[in-house]
Amino acid sequence: MPKKNAFWLVLIILFALGFLPHWGIVFLFIAAGLLITVFGGRYIANVFSGQRTLLTPLFQPLESVFLRVSGITDSNSMNWIQYGQALLLVNILCGLFSAMILSLQGDLPLNPMHFQGMSPWLMFNTICSFITNTNWQSYSGEQTLSNLSQMLALTFMMLIGAISGLCVCIAFLRGMTNKALGHFYQDFVRAFLYVFLPVLVIGSLFFVSQGVPQTLHQQVTVTTIEGAKQQIAMGPVASLLTIKQFGTNGGGFFNANSAHPYENPNAMTNFIEILMELAIPMALVRTFGLWLADKKQGWMIWGAMMLLFLLSFGVGTCFEQIGNTMFNHVHPVPIDQALSPLQSGGNMEGKEIRFGIIPSLLFTTATTATSTGAVNNMHDSLTPIGGLVPLWNMMLNLIFGGVGVGLMGFLLYGIIAVFITGLMVGRTPEIFGKKLEKPEIILASLAILIHPLIILVPTAIAAMSHMGLSAINNLGPHGLSEILYAYTSAAANNGSAFAGLNANTTWYNISIGIVILLGRYISIIALLAIAGSLLGKTKVEPGPGTLQTNTLLFITVWVGVILVVGALTFVPALALGPIAEQLAMMAGNTF
Amino acid sequence: MAPLGIESFTVPRSKRKHAPKPPEKVSLYRNAFKSALFKFNPKLMIHNPVMFVVLIGFILTLMMCVNTQIFGKTMATVGYVLWVTFILWLTLFFANYAEAYAEGRGKAQAETLKKTRSDTLARRILENGQTEQVSAGDLRAGDIVRVDAGEIIPSDGEVIEGIASVDESAITGESAPVIKEPGSDIASSVTGGTKVQSDHLVIRITTNPGESFLDKMIALVEGAKRQKTPNEITLTVLLVALTLIFLLVCVTLLAYAYYSKASIDIATLIALLVCLIPTTIGALLSAIGIAGMDRVSRFNVIAMSGKAVEASGDVGVLILDKTGTITLGNRLASEFLPVKGKSREDLARISAESSLDDTTPEGKSIVELSKNLGVKDVTNPPGSNFIEFSAETRSSGVDLPDGEKIRKGAADAIKRFVTEQGGSWPEQAHELVEQVARQGGTPLVVAKGADVYGVIHLKDIIKPGMKERFAQMRTMGIRTIMCTGDNPITASVIAREAGVDDYIAEAKPEDKIKVIKKYQSEGLLVAMTGDGTNDAPALAQADVGLAMNSGTQAAKEAANMIDLDSDPSKLIDVVSIGKQLLITRGALTTFSVANDIAKYFAIIPAIFSSALPAMKLFDIMHLGSSQNAILSALIFNAVIIPLLIPLAMKGVQFKPMTANQLLSRNVLLFGLGGIIAPFIGIKIISLGLNLLGL
Repeated sequence: MPKKNAFWLVLIILFALGFLPHWGIVFLFIAAGLLITVFGGRYIANVFSGQRTLLTPLFQPLESVFLRVSGITDSNSMNWIQYGQALLLVNILCGLFSAMILSLQGDLPLNPMHFQGMSPWLMFNTICSFITNTNWQSYSGEQTLSNLSQMLALTFMMLIGAISGLCVCIAFLRGMTNKALGHFYQDFVRAFLYVFLPVLVIGSLFFVSQGVPQTLHQQVTVTTIEGAKQQIAMGPVASLLTIKQFGTNGGGFFNANSAHPYENPNAMTNFIEILMELAIPMALVRTFGLWLADKKQGWMIWGAMMLLFLLSFGVGTCFEQIGNTMFNHVHPVPIDQALSPLQSGGNMEGKEIRFGIIPSLLFTTATTATSTGAVNNMHDSLTPIGGLVPLWNMMLNLIFGGVGVGLMGFLLYGIIAVFITGLMVGRTPEIFGKKLEKPEIILASLAILIHPLIILVPTAIAAMSHMGLSAINNLGPHGLSEILYAYTSAAANNGSAFAGLNANTTWYNISIGIVILLGRYISIIALLAIAGSLLGKTKVEPGPGTLQTNTLLFITVWVGVILVVGALTFVPALALGPIAEQLAMMAGNTF
Repeated sequence: MAPLGIESFTVPRSKRKHAPKPPEKVSLYRNAFKSALFKFNPKLMIHNPVMFVVLIGFILTLMMCVNTQIFGKTMATVGYVLWVTFILWLTLFFANYAEAYAEGRGKAQAETLKKTRSDTLARRILENGQTEQVSAGDLRAGDIVRVDAGEIIPSDGEVIEGIASVDESAITGESAPVIKEPGSDIASSVTGGTKVQSDHLVIRITTNPGESFLDKMIALVEGAKRQKTPNEITLTVLLVALTLIFLLVCVTLLAYAYYSKASIDIATLIALLVCLIPTTIGALLSAIGIAGMDRVSRFNVIAMSGKAVEASGDVGVLILDKTGTITLGNRLASEFLPVKGKSREDLARISAESSLDDTTPEGKSIVELSKNLGVKDVTNPPGSNFIEFSAETRSSGVDLPDGEKIRKGAADAIKRFVTEQGGSWPEQAHELVEQVARQGGTPLVVAKGADVYGVIHLKDIIKPGMKERFAQMRTMGIRTIMCTGDNPITASVIAREAGVDDYIAEAKPEDKIKVIKKYQSEGLLVAMTGDGTNDAPALAQADVGLAMNSGTQAAKEAANMIDLDSDPSKLIDVVSIGKQLLITRGALTTFSVANDIAKYFAIIPAIFSSALPAMKLFDIMHLGSSQNAILSALIFNAVIIPLLIPLAMKGVQFKPMTANQLLSRNVLLFGLGGIIAPFIGIKIISLGLNLLGL
């Protein structure tokens, strides 16, 4: 059977399975993911190699005006240092601009609630968080920010952060596939025009159609059935929501994020929000395969990521469906946690009735596998192992991952895997035809080392100090999980939170801000440098003596290295946090 | 298919009988034991960052032996801390021992060489013509010495006067003496430590003390000047990164344990750290490198650096000289082609007659071939006069007493001879000559008097087994390129017959450089052999240059390896050794990292089981007490080092196969094996400790 037909057959089967009760949504999700990957991957590849796309007639004039003004031609590619500098420059300038807005919002228009400027350390934390695609929020949006701040500071930074991530990944992929790195500003314009702008416009309109508000009124006052006056916060939600999901940002308009009915009204928006988070990260894997002229390699990576994704999702869902085992021993009548036509059963604390367990966990897995960090349920209320799932995803930070950086992280482990096992074929290890030598391994080691460093060390300091412990809400292992979650989320540029931690303290604002910056830029710059260094080497054409990285065997080794080097590092911390808590719960102990 | 390892050595065993013998085992162990103790010097240990971390851990637990409470209150007993300290010491000792053992094997070889060097006296010729006795160590480049029969040549140099036979067996293991005389490229260079057997030589010394070939060899074999190779350095970087990650894990664990009110004593934490960091590969890394050099020298090849051995594993292109490497040194008769009117027997008979006294291999092969065709009892009457081949006549033959002349030689030479004798040149002879040339052979025309009898087809004979080896090379993704001075037709025929991938015909020395550069620009590493001075630039340009010991000083200096047996086909073996070296390194790294999974399962439940009893769930090996679990893991971590020393020394068995086949085999063996083996090993040790009551 031709490959194309087989693909469509698989797709049809998956859609058919989508009609199954409960788990059907998972098959629909995989089918939709495949479609996005196939078409999105090709589209992104075409956009960034300057080939004609569907939208070229629409945006070509705009693009060429920009390119003419700035004097960029296809031939003047940047080197990795220039590319990195341009990226940092844009990020710093946008950060400073947003800082101005946030600190002056009290005196600026579109502030119907008359909110004052942000305090300095909260602002530092917010700027670090939004420009890096993290969107950790130590504040609650509807009680802190004016409409102007939400739009001009936050939505703006969310867009810049996401575009930056996409651009740096595009440059990295070019380097890994033996192409010139490209020009940052050109990539930036193309990413905005061809990738983000169309999706943001259509996405916002879709969400508005589903009942998400898009207005400059910040509040309406309604009279409830009981006759009480209630103020309901509103604002330009739909536009922020779209970039929040599509750019894997995650910073909600409302404190409740995508659990709020205005940010996620129904099951369909929930499903679409999940797909939006994964769209670019999934598509980029195929873009990579196309550029490498090795589609199999792309699909192998995609398959491995999907497998890790489903593993996380499966474990989380099972433990949530089992629920709180202590409820089974309540006297005189145990609490019924079984799944039935009348209830979703399991642990529904912190979850929305309109979603239920499986869509909630699918959202949780997607939002932490990618670096989104939006939530449609409260992760703090998950069962301990259910809460381990988002932690685990963020510790790996490469199951599809944030826009751009996820694939970079996965390829980073590819470099390490090739170096460790590649020697076993009797040659100096090569990745994609380029020899791995000292400079690349130093940089890769740095990128690998930074992640556990900025998670484990601040968590350790917080776990031993008053400034760290005073902010936690729970005793025992759950308190440790809360701290661990905060720094893992910051390091992975995720931004979701175990809500139990009161993070708006000077210590957490500063330390999390720093962790966010280190987590974002050190690995990005190190990987960009690797791409630059590899680009300078002659590509060796593959032969029988070349280690093939697109085989099932090697992808298994690759995932093995991710688990042994990347994940085992966190086992002791996880053992004392969620695992200890789950075991204690099963034994009937509370703290 | 025979493995390309030591077993399938192409050089006849007899040739190696003088090769340095493996040193006596017992003294080797004893010496390694002694120097392992000296290696505890922190100044030496810092070069191995992974083991240095173990050393610091050892010092900390040693302090705890004196006072268990030194790092804060702990329940750890002195006995337990003593055990941990002892096992840490053992781990360090095993690592040092591995390195010392590897070095020791090289040192023993160096000893034999050193004996040659010591106490040599030299007679230096002064400017006024008088001679003075000096020690060989005092000779400098430019000095002139005289060496008589029975004396040892004091240092490397160039013969400027005299002709003598020299016994080079001390260096090469080759017992047949070689003739040395001034003027010629190869024959004029002499090596220090070799012995003049007859006559005398006047030699201009070309090296300063400590720089001679012998000195370099001793230093190399001893491993004294060993520098870490690029890949070894890179691997060390990664190992340091892994060590730092696990250091982070262990140090921060202290904080989490404090939070969880599950106290961990420092000794246990250090045990965890030492188990997790890649001590296995850290301990064996330098031993693997030394052993790789040692394996090369066992092939009677001296590698000038470990880098060269490593590079040979990466080689993508082999440039091989046709003569002596791919084919036997000489062309041999394969066929008699008579012209019309002459019988094959007649042609064979007069060809044999002309070659009876011919001592060249070609001549001998003609006699042999005619015998095989049934032409017996060929004798020349007494008084026959053999005419040797000369460049001028380009023919050889015999003048019979009756005045009859038989000649064999190049077509034009014989044509001239026949015309001189008053005969005519048959057109058919020309056709036969063409025919042989088309088949890549060398035609020898044979004539008796004025009559042309026919043509002898001299053919290159491919060395036995070469075709298979080239096929193996191809499996491994290595291109083989034959380099020959022959014309393109001859070259293509032999190339096809031998199964090489490509050939360079009518090659000049500069062609080799061009080809090397071309492949290097494609990112491939190139290996070649050479012996003449005009090979030197190409040897230097190549990533792996193997010079023949019989070659000139210039060639040897330019190369990064020297074959003492002067057998160019050894290049293929060197490539295999290089690959084996890299495979061994990768295999033990993979094994070391894979081991961590089992160690987590042993230690993590053990550490927390007192504070969080439910953690026992993860004690899937049922190791009993915490102490037992931690000690078992730590002991496994230590004893795996000496258990793997033989593998590090011999290298992982290597068969030529594709990269994917190699990967699946080794991942299965060392990756999966590395995950499973410690589960079994730790359990067995744990049972043993139970018997001891721990």
